Amino acid sequence: MRFSPASCDDRATMLAAVGASSIDDLFAAIPEPVRLGRPLDLPDGVGELEVVRTLRGLAGRTTPATSLVSFAGAGCYDHYVPSIVDHILRRPEFFTAYTPYQPEVSQGTLQNIYEFQSMICELTGMDVANASMYDGATAFVEAALMAARVTKRSHVVVAGSVHPEWRVVLDTYASSGAITVATCPVTDGVTAAASLASMVDAQTAAVLVASPNFLGHIEDLAAIGDVAHAAGALFVAAVNPALSGVLEPPSVFGADIVVGEGQPLGSSMSFGGPGLGFFACKDAYLRQLPGRVVGRTLDVDGRGAFVLTMQTREQHIRRERATSNICSNHALNALAAAVYLSAVGAEGLAEVGRSSIAKAHYLHDALVASGLFEEVWKAPYAHEFALRYTGDVQDMQDALLERGYLAGVDLGLVDPGLDGLVLFACTEKRTRDEIDSFVREVVSL
Amino acid sequence: MSADVTKTPSSAPTRGPRELIFETGSPAARCFELPPLDVPEVGAEALAGQARTSAPALPHVTEVEIARHYHHLATMNFGVDSGPYPLGSCTMKYNPRVNEDACRLEGFAGLHPYQPLSTAQGALELMVSLADALAEVSGLPAVTLQPAAGAHGELTALLTFRAYHVANGDARKRVVIPDSAHGTNPATVSMCGYDVVTIPSNERGGVDMDALRAALDTDVAAFMLTNPNTLGLFDENIAEITEMVHAVGALAYCDGANMNAIMGKARPGDMGFDALHINLHKTFSTPHGGGGPGAGPVCVTGALAKFLPGPLPVRLGDGSFSLVWPERSIGRVRSSFGNFGVLVRAYAYVLALGGDGLRAASEQAVLSANYLKERLKGAYPLPYDRTCMHEFVLSGGKLRKEHGVHTLDVAKRLLDYGFHPPTIYFPQIVDEAIMIEPTETEGLADLDRFADAMIAIAAEAVSDPDLLHGAPYTTPVRRLDEARAVKQPDLRWRPAAGE
Repeated sequence: MRFSPASCDDRATMLAAVGASSIDDLFAAIPEPVRLGRPLDLPDGVGELEVVRTLRGLAGRTTPATSLVSFAGAGCYDHYVPSIVDHILRRPEFFTAYTPYQPEVSQGTLQNIYEFQSMICELTGMDVANASMYDGATAFVEAALMAARVTKRSHVVVAGSVHPEWRVVLDTYASSGAITVATCPVTDGVTAAASLASMVDAQTAAVLVASPNFLGHIEDLAAIGDVAHAAGALFVAAVNPALSGVLEPPSVFGADIVVGEGQPLGSSMSFGGPGLGFFACKDAYLRQLPGRVVGRTLDVDGRGAFVLTMQTREQHIRRERATSNICSNHALNALAAAVYLSAVGAEGLAEVGRSSIAKAHYLHDALVASGLFEEVWKAPYAHEFALRYTGDVQDMQDALLERGYLAGVDLGLVDPGLDGLVLFACTEKRTRDEIDSFVREVVSL
Repeated sequence: MSADVTKTPSSAPTRGPRELIFETGSPAARCFELPPLDVPEVGAEALAGQARTSAPALPHVTEVEIARHYHHLATMNFGVDSGPYPLGSCTMKYNPRVNEDACRLEGFAGLHPYQPLSTAQGALELMVSLADALAEVSGLPAVTLQPAAGAHGELTALLTFRAYHVANGDARKRVVIPDSAHGTNPATVSMCGYDVVTIPSNERGGVDMDALRAALDTDVAAFMLTNPNTLGLFDENIAEITEMVHAVGALAYCDGANMNAIMGKARPGDMGFDALHINLHKTFSTPHGGGGPGAGPVCVTGALAKFLPGPLPVRLGDGSFSLVWPERSIGRVRSSFGNFGVLVRAYAYVLALGGDGLRAASEQAVLSANYLKERLKGAYPLPYDRTCMHEFVLSGGKLRKEHGVHTLDVAKRLLDYGFHPPTIYFPQIVDEAIMIEPTETEGLADLDRFADAMIAIAAEAVSDPDLLHGAPYTTPVRRLDEARAVKQPDLRWRPAAGE
């Protein structure tokens, strides 16, 4: 049998030892009516060569963004990943291990998570971070739920400029009745503090915003934070960590909880998953933090060592009174992020951010200058921006795809209210030549 | 064997703790450089007055220092490749290497979630094929691949149940769970806005039917059950249980943590369950990754299909693939379509094993568990002495009472013998529980070595209890002061002042 070392003789030995005459004896506890009295209707197993052939065939029936000149972002970004990252991810000591419940033989995973938590704190300006969550969207929702626990209020106000998928996830979790959600309308591509203020009151647990927002614009975090705090609500900010070397951390503007999608830090796009949710907050809220946390302590010989800690918040101890049902993290993506951040360092991370922003602005100006795209909003943006296309978006994207370009994200497909708009993103991987050629191709359509 | 395991290792010295990556390298060290900027620089003034004024304190290291740091960390970890890992309920089976290659094929790893579906047909086909395979294995026809983990699958299913009841104009309040359930079950129930009702297990380790009957009424939204349960026992009353649940209009949820016992032998759909989550990182051998990412697809009945989160990948009449939203979808439980890279690995596993191979894997997993159980039940009490499925639970209660040795001590001593310990202190209904799941990928020789070690440790507990109280001795670090970690939280490194 594949992946089982037991031979026929071994099986006979084992059956004899348990006093069974056949394998079926062992399944006698399954009542006859619920036994599957037939083989599974699945193809026969095949050898590795055929597995590879089938999967290569499927992979060959895609045209991945990485094989194109891609300007797609919208929450998932094609940054360069240094080679060392994947070589470390392929270490079986990391990827075949379980959650580090036995710290004496899990110091590798635990120390990495401690270092990851430290790096996330450095990027966000927060005091503490957890070991990571499923993705940015679920970290965002957990922030709303944590704010409700902290404030003992159950209403949250979310900026309409937050990623539409994240807002749907928030609504889905809220369908449990745990919280109610109101959405603040978008004004000129950003959240207007005045309209926000009219929605926030003594019942508001949190104000949740992303900056840059889904449309690429930088929000006025100071003003939004003031509105939240004036009502005694927590201020939750989501950030793109690839820009954390360039933009002020939300702590500067009084954020209480900072979350985000960590995919840009060393994880492949992989059709949108697995990503990396990160979650950081002020010290005061530590006991309400969802998910795993690693701390440093001493072993019996007095040596520094790492361990999962504050576990009385968690489901395996507290059961129905846990801060969340989450019992895993995305440890391998957190490892990718830590190795990535070690490789690029603060200077490299700032270069990645500056380069991505500079290229996006160059593309923006060239597209507007072509006369085929119109600027919609004047708000400042970072490495992503939306423009209105004067023709048919789908036709334009199809034509450019044939020429090897992924011409941004058609916002009409994401949110019908944004029909006619295209969201473009640049990373440091794009070159001036690629951008110039792209604009020439657009003009030649 | 105990004579071979000394307090101080003689060969293969283990490596002790390492300094933090922040304390490695030197201020000028770098390992990454971008090409010169080939477009005009954008000044800080374009950033709405939010240009960062003080840099984050990240490591200053060269590539070789990174390689050595993480190599050292890796050597302090125990993975499935390091040796037997009989961690009950976690299904620590071998992770085929080809799966790691498959998910990194550029045609998968390089896909952007918003690229046109015409350019992602192979990925959608893979998801549809995997969903079809999971539907066949589970006996439940509709599948969402979106949930990122088992607990996330539970949440998805219960929100789907809630939507079903609400659609029937039926606001229900409670969810019933046996006392042997994983902690994620009650935690999920709370997150979904229901109250938890816990019922006891019967003397055979199954659901107490009288207690279940008493707990069920028309305010109950669902009953959640792990079957085989966390004692590794298949509930013989399962058909009657799901019937009773349905009789009050409630839905039956199967926690699929233990699917590795029953693939091709019995299907939760045929048992009367309405929904099931499958931990792909357990049963389908995508790795655990040190805690994740995994994936927790949810399979449901046709009646619940229209409430699943969207979008769902589908095969169209013309043979092409697309995404659709279920008619009354609960929404989304995360971004994009799921942990796609994990789904690729799981599909590679399905291809390699096929229908017969999946059944054979379950059969071998059950045989291995029963073999170990027979070898160990003389040395450790077995509270529920029945034929088990893929795992079984011993009790360390006798060692504690007679020799003051706790299950924790046994677990720590196993580390000195080169094994990862079983799951301990779970399920909570067994005193000093030791939950052992060998999986099908341990051979007879390793099963025997593990059994020998456990028996030797039971003997040590009698002859030299303090040896166990002090274990482990040979690991990179020894027992940790967990109370100190809680009392004096040190959850992050901080740069020295002025750095």
